[in-house]
Amino acid sequence: MSSIEFRKDLFADERDDNLKEIGKPTIRQDILGHVTGRTPYYDDHLFDGLLHMRAVRSPHHHAKIRSIDTSAAENMPGVRRVATAKDVPHNLNTLLSLIGFGRDDEPLCAHDKVRYVGEAVAWVIADTERQARDACAKVRVDYDVLPHVLDVEEALTPNAPVVNEVYPNNTFDYHAKYDHQKLRFGDVNAAFARADHVIEAEYQMSPIEQAPIETCGAIAAPETNDRFVCHTNTQALFFSLGTTAKLLDVASSRLHFIGGTAGGGFGGKVDSIVEPTAVLGAMLTGRPVKFAWDRYEEMQVGAPRGGERWRLKDGVMKDGTIIAREFTGFFDSGAYMRLSPYAIIKGTGHLPGPYSIPNVASNVYCCITNRTPATAMRGFGITAVDFAIECQMDRVADAVSMNPVELRIHNAYRDGDMKAHRRKAKNTALIECCQVAAAKADWAISQDAKAQSSLTQKPERQQIPETMTDEEGRIGERRQGRTATTSPSPQPTGRVAAGTHGEAIAGAPVQNPDMQIDADRIGHKMGSTPAQIPAASAPTPAPTPPSPQPLAAAARPASVAPTPVAAAPVPPTTPAAPSHNPTEPFSRGVKRPGSSPFTSGYRRR
Amino acid sequence: MAKKPISFILNDADVGLFVEDGAPLIDELRRGAGDLTPKQGCAQGTCGACTVLIDGVPHLSCLTLAESVEGKRIDTTGGLAGGPNLHALQDAFIQGFAAQCGFCTAGMLMAAKGLLDANPNPNRDEVIEAISGNLCRCTGYEPIVDAILAAAARVQGRAV
Repeated sequence: MSSIEFRKDLFADERDDNLKEIGKPTIRQDILGHVTGRTPYYDDHLFDGLLHMRAVRSPHHHAKIRSIDTSAAENMPGVRRVATAKDVPHNLNTLLSLIGFGRDDEPLCAHDKVRYVGEAVAWVIADTERQARDACAKVRVDYDVLPHVLDVEEALTPNAPVVNEVYPNNTFDYHAKYDHQKLRFGDVNAAFARADHVIEAEYQMSPIEQAPIETCGAIAAPETNDRFVCHTNTQALFFSLGTTAKLLDVASSRLHFIGGTAGGGFGGKVDSIVEPTAVLGAMLTGRPVKFAWDRYEEMQVGAPRGGERWRLKDGVMKDGTIIAREFTGFFDSGAYMRLSPYAIIKGTGHLPGPYSIPNVASNVYCCITNRTPATAMRGFGITAVDFAIECQMDRVADAVSMNPVELRIHNAYRDGDMKAHRRKAKNTALIECCQVAAAKADWAISQDAKAQSSLTQKPERQQIPETMTDEEGRIGERRQGRTATTSPSPQPTGRVAAGTHGEAIAGAPVQNPDMQIDADRIGHKMGSTPAQIPAASAPTPAPTPPSPQPLAAAARPASVAPTPVAAAPVPPTTPAAPSHNPTEPFSRGVKRPGSSPFTSGYRRR
Repeated sequence: MAKKPISFILNDADVGLFVEDGAPLIDELRRGAGDLTPKQGCAQGTCGACTVLIDGVPHLSCLTLAESVEGKRIDTTGGLAGGPNLHALQDAFIQGFAAQCGFCTAGMLMAAKGLLDANPNPNRDEVIEAISGNLCRCTGYEPIVDAILAAAARVQGRAV
């Protein structure tokens, strides 16, 4: 009995909620405040003696700071305090450090050099906003301008300037091994060789500003008991509190954050910059301080959705079956990492889109450039690659002269399909969506396409194919000119056995010790001895042509040993008893003696 | 800095303030008179969130000098409801789901009130024209236009 059922027992005589709301109009619970103007946004909290804080910002993409002279600004009328990096107790952070992801790479206030146009180098706190602006213009910063890089692929070249010394290769370091996030599933190169058509295209999405009507801002003020209250419009209240505590080196119990009302956010109010800045101002002056971006800052300094470049290569059979898809992605993180490396991991989990493709390979780079740092926006990490995938689907339909909706229905995920990141597809509905969309748009589709269903499973799609691996793109190699191509390697150096739901059905010699660790970590137990059938035997699919497994098998004729799934040749001597029930999803975590079921193997390492 | 005394009528109440030379009206309304309903989105006359009525005509309070409203009548969303009774526009915005984050709403309502006061029976194009200076980033404009038309119909006693 699950805990939810238990709760229902306990509260069995509670009110009987009628939760059938779909199709009925509902009044927003906060709309009365909106139409009467009483909704309290952060700036609607009035403080006596409020001071205004403004930032002095870099006019250069990339420059060394030789010196900062604040003396003229300090003597301007109304100025209470001029602050620089020296006033920030712990001036280095990365947003996801609170969950132990990535290295601290971003100062709240630049001190040694600036890395993008608009980066803060000093702050002025004055009685009025106008006085603060006037004084900001009097701060003299002596810059030594450095060469900059604004293009993601240029940033990867050996001669590109190092933007952020914490990541000297201009890329995020994935899993302490590679300069990109890898995805390997099956053997794309063998499939491309077999395909009737190979379709390649490049897609570029520009940065997009979230542009909320209310710009980012916060008001901080000293509170009783040596605490500081902060009214903010952040979308990440406790994240901002933790970040502020770290940057300003104060106990989080001394911070009282009040938020929850944002005048539009769309992902652009998660970067925790205005809150630590305002609290710093309140600490330095002992007065209430407002730090808010104006519209120019919101557009120039406020982190946009990062630009992304994607190259897709599809191998397609004449009947429209996509047998291979290869991605090369470049994510423009700007000068600092913030949330971008995480977005790439999320985006890679999404590949190859909502389609069942038996051979997938992907390299995605989190590139550092001298652009404004990127952050979240709706569909974070997914939107650009989805745009690329769906444009690509239309190109594929064109190449095989097929109705684009029928092509999507033909390739769509169905329940039980194995996705490229080795989890089963569940609750799939693309086929049904396509059918409804076609009907509403009066777009004719065949009777056969109308008859398809996500619930009709295709057993041959439920296997993990034998997977080719490679070690290209180790951290630093590209910088030394030793790795030229950015696309997934055409020359694999290792392979992982085929399996079903995470369990290898045959042993294979392990050629890549890193893959051993990874596979082991996610519960993909592998034969430890090479004495078994050397390459994975592909489970015999239903005789429906064309299906993924024969492709992998055909690429390695020597290994063809088709066996039905039910009689998968698990060697009786195999020591690798599955550490978990293979029919359960991996998300349950790897069960090890003494480990908490709530702690994944990765976190514990 | 020199301060100048001004007086005006804000939502039927007499207001007297000392304002700085060159201070924008929105600052004096919000921090001087304490009416927080006009919102500042851009401070450059682009977004319309600060729209108020000056003698019945929609104005951008971020670009209006406070000293220029001497003796004039200013209406904001704070005075839209008559006591506990919501204005027809407010009611229509609630029923029509015409707000999401709510930051543009006060400006939208003032632009709409300016329209309905001058033209109680606008067509759709006239409504779109009237709110063309007000940006909304959340709901899209259709529910807002629908709500304004519904309010006009209700005031006119017509079925929506």
